[in-house]
Amino acid sequence: MPNLIAFWSSHRAELGALVGQHVLLVAGSTLAAVALGVPLGVFAARRPRLAAPLMAVASIVQTVPSLAMFGFLLPVPVVGGVGARAAVVVLILYGLLPIVRTTIAGLRGIDPAIREAGVAMGMTPRELLRQVELPLALPSILAGVRVAAVVGVGSATIAAAIGAGGLGEYIYRGLSMVDTTVILAGAVPAAALALVVDGALLWFERRLSARRRSRSRRAVVAAAAAVAAVVLLTSGVAAGRRGGAVVVGSKNFTEQLVLGELLAQTVERGAGVPVDRRLNLGGTLICERALLTGDIDLYVEYTGTALTAVFHQPVATDSATVLNTVRELYARSGRALLSPLGFNNTFAILVRGADARARGLRTIDDAARESPRLRAGFGYEFVGRPDGYPGLAAAYGLHFQNPPRVMDLTLSYRALASGQVDLIAGDATAGFIKGLDLYQLEDTRRYFPPYDAAIVARSATLLRYPEVRVALERLTGRISAADMRAMNYAADVEHQDIPTVARNFLATFWP
Amino acid sequence: MNAPVGSLRVTVAIAMTVQAIEFRDVTFARAGGPPALDRVSLAVESGEVLALVGRSGAGKSTLLKLINRLLEPDTGAVVVEGRDTREWEPIRLRRRVGYVLQDVGLFPHMSIADNVAVVPRLESWPAARIDARVGELLELVGLPPRQFAARWPDELSGGQRQRVGVARALAVDPPVLLMDEPFGALDPLTRVELHREFRRIQDRVRKTVIIVTHDMGEAFALGGRVGVLDAGRLVAVDRPDVVARSNDARVRQLLDALPALPRHA
Repeated sequence: MPNLIAFWSSHRAELGALVGQHVLLVAGSTLAAVALGVPLGVFAARRPRLAAPLMAVASIVQTVPSLAMFGFLLPVPVVGGVGARAAVVVLILYGLLPIVRTTIAGLRGIDPAIREAGVAMGMTPRELLRQVELPLALPSILAGVRVAAVVGVGSATIAAAIGAGGLGEYIYRGLSMVDTTVILAGAVPAAALALVVDGALLWFERRLSARRRSRSRRAVVAAAAAVAAVVLLTSGVAAGRRGGAVVVGSKNFTEQLVLGELLAQTVERGAGVPVDRRLNLGGTLICERALLTGDIDLYVEYTGTALTAVFHQPVATDSATVLNTVRELYARSGRALLSPLGFNNTFAILVRGADARARGLRTIDDAARESPRLRAGFGYEFVGRPDGYPGLAAAYGLHFQNPPRVMDLTLSYRALASGQVDLIAGDATAGFIKGLDLYQLEDTRRYFPPYDAAIVARSATLLRYPEVRVALERLTGRISAADMRAMNYAADVEHQDIPTVARNFLATFWP
Repeated sequence: MNAPVGSLRVTVAIAMTVQAIEFRDVTFARAGGPPALDRVSLAVESGEVLALVGRSGAGKSTLLKLINRLLEPDTGAVVVEGRDTREWEPIRLRRRVGYVLQDVGLFPHMSIADNVAVVPRLESWPAARIDARVGELLELVGLPPRQFAARWPDELSGGQRQRVGVARALAVDPPVLLMDEPFGALDPLTRVELHREFRRIQDRVRKTVIIVTHDMGEAFALGGRVGVLDAGRLVAVDRPDVVARSNDARVRQLLDALPALPRHA
């Protein structure tokens, strides 16, 4: 708890900005869901035959896990991609169901005699709706809006996976640093925000159902003013992407965050171009899509990952061949792969240092012999990709006691250190290897392809800012595996601030 | 200078002769059911009060709804102010026909004043005129505006709500007033009081009124003429004293339900 308060007070400005983004995401998407959902509900309430299928579709949409939803939307033009826009689209989809449902329920709950009175007095259907039906259904509709907004506060934390910002940033950052303080720094305000939103809308609902016309009118005005104020306050905060800025991306683990920060500082210092940081994007495919669509301008990719995961080429083992193949494939789609940074972040098969010494484990062959007595745990990516677990098992004849447990990559280091699993596939540059006394088994059969880190950038951006390219080339061959491991160690284990880690490293060769 | 006077006279003459409401051999049936109204012919003159009596399901409410085109006849024609209802633009027609419902149907989310002001607002009257009219109407129905205008329907007694219903129906001064069991849910004392009020108001506003009731006593108390509906057929329409002497079994049944015959005749 003292840690948490210390973290907040040292990140005050950032916390404020993230809360602002979060509120803006939820407020914007909830308002849009109301604007769409209420007319949809009105439409469905009048056509009972349509209502059932509509509700079915809305229910199905709501059952799609939000992370999967972001995945579906990535390749969709206009609404998809990376950033706040796609997040808002997903949040709107989630908000629709409760709003449509309560609109229908509210309209159907109206006494038919009241409706008949309106018709008999000569109201047009439109007048009846606006003067009688909607005001009477309003308490019910508001209950739906409240549900949508509260669900939205929760779902918006996941939006950080696609770089939409918000309090989820802390949660993701905390997960990748395996630091509960940082996770809580995002989770606690998110929960508080949900309670506040719930309470505020509930209060508003009660005011309305007290049903004093003049007063409720005043309440509507007050609520509208409050929403407007929040929007104004936060839009200033969230106006992120500046016009002429270069957007630097990164994936969502520590090394990528450090590299993203290194790239950003290099561009700022070396080229004097403003930088917009879209760090912590949720994985290789999201970065790739974002780069293709121009949501980001550059990030660091690994040659082996690009070859297999991005371009779906067969695994190759020679590092120069892989580099040239990938460079050509990128060039075909308007991207440039710059010279490698210097380190090869291949997969590292890791065991506990104590086990390695006690059982004499030195190579992956040794582990294969022991494998019936070992429990393995792998990240999602490693289990799925062709150069990951299936090939490894075949190449070395691994037969584990149970099928490997699938878990978050960064959590797997902790799982190994705490004895919940006995063997994992980590990154060769992981700071945890040093920090948690882990041992890297030698890949004697050269199964793992090369994963040389290199900057990939949109060619158009490099053409527009030649000085950016010049600045980035300062990093060529500058980062050894030891450097990278040390930076990861500083960030992951010593909890140093990532921009500071990057600045300190740049200072070693660029005074 | 003579022409305008002459044409005015002609207009008045026509208005006197044109029936306010006329049913010409009207049949209406709900989908698949027996006819709710069976070959009904009826003429109601301007300014007259016609009370329609019959048991539940005799077709009374159906008859009213055919007048403001909430329903349309299967055969025959309903003519309001000389025009077939099917030729009327329904919204215009309904705003010329005040309607007081069985269960009042006041809008629960509106104050008394706002309820009365509904149709004037639909007609886009200026606010000052609406305020004046609402005040005038609440006075007319015996609810002092200072005391009642800002109150809410659920704060009023049944009788008071019914008065609001009448005020609301009269708001834009429609020539025709339809009343569907307006006093059905009230206690006998309140009912007698409202009958008196109704006659007082009608003396002032002189509307063409069709009032529907299942109570022959009420029909005699209010109607200038009384019509009797039985199973969709109009079996009698005449002055109350004539109806009271009827030998038709269906009329006698309703008469026999009365504790005493009226003092009319």
